[in-house]
Amino acid sequence: MALLLQNANFKGFFEGKIYQGASKSVCVPGLNCYSCPGAIGACPIGSLQTYLSGLKFKFPYYVVGILIFIGALVGRAVCGFLCPFGFLQDLLYMIPFFKKNEFKLDKYLRYFKYVVLGLFVLLLPFCFKLTPFFCKYICPSGTIAGIWLASADKQVASQLGGLFSWKLVVLGIILVTSLMIYRPFCKYICPLGAIYGFFNKISLYRMHLDKSKCVNCKACAKVCKMNIDPSVKPNSCECIRCGDCVNACPHKALKMKVKI
Amino acid sequence: MRKRILTISLIAAGIILIVVGIVLKQPEGVFAKAARICMECIGLG
Repeated sequence: MALLLQNANFKGFFEGKIYQGASKSVCVPGLNCYSCPGAIGACPIGSLQTYLSGLKFKFPYYVVGILIFIGALVGRAVCGFLCPFGFLQDLLYMIPFFKKNEFKLDKYLRYFKYVVLGLFVLLLPFCFKLTPFFCKYICPSGTIAGIWLASADKQVASQLGGLFSWKLVVLGIILVTSLMIYRPFCKYICPLGAIYGFFNKISLYRMHLDKSKCVNCKACAKVCKMNIDPSVKPNSCECIRCGDCVNACPHKALKMKVKI
Repeated sequence: MRKRILTISLIAAGIILIVVGIVLKQPEGVFAKAARICMECIGLG
């Protein structure tokens, strides 16, 4: 549903043109490239880099305000329910294939998304102007937008070169890895997930563990595809709030709710 | 209690920053970028 709502400009997919309506001034909550022909809103990470990489620095009050507001409301529930690229990874993981969701390097690779956030989203655009480093060199959502635009517009297709090839490799690695590992982009790379994760412990909508009902059966940990133990860390910054653990708990000790 | 104060403060801070950004016409800057094809984003450099 979120994929359809955030990419409601269906005409754009057929015409190979991006939407230029007023809603493009509003940031959507998930990672959705604004160059996607269907996108009706702006990508918050792209918008953040636009301001940071401007020739004359202006603090991005508007974009930062949106990120703080959404984060403080729902934390990483955006990842679980509102992110189109997250949804794509969910679909790929459903395909029967060799699965290796738990491995030794997993917990160390989780820190890489903070490096992506600090370096590619914040520092490099600020230091080297007019270049959105994350969008240019990493973001797979933009690559998908590029594939669509190139297939619909020969002029765009004729200009594709080495950078596009690199981005295709990055996209390919993420998509293939998504067959084996649940949401590898969300776990290891996504700077937006890194930002929202900071809010998980204090967001208005968060998980509540009733310790009087919890018997430590670990049914929640077994079902968690983000490799978290909700009975130990109910609002881990890695939790995308999919709700699988809530449904799995035989004693109803876990609940997702709004609580002030 | 502390969590409650922090949550409400952050929500309020987010709203205030959004309003400040709107007053400074920053949505126009977002629109200017989002309404054009981002060459870097799609891999054209």
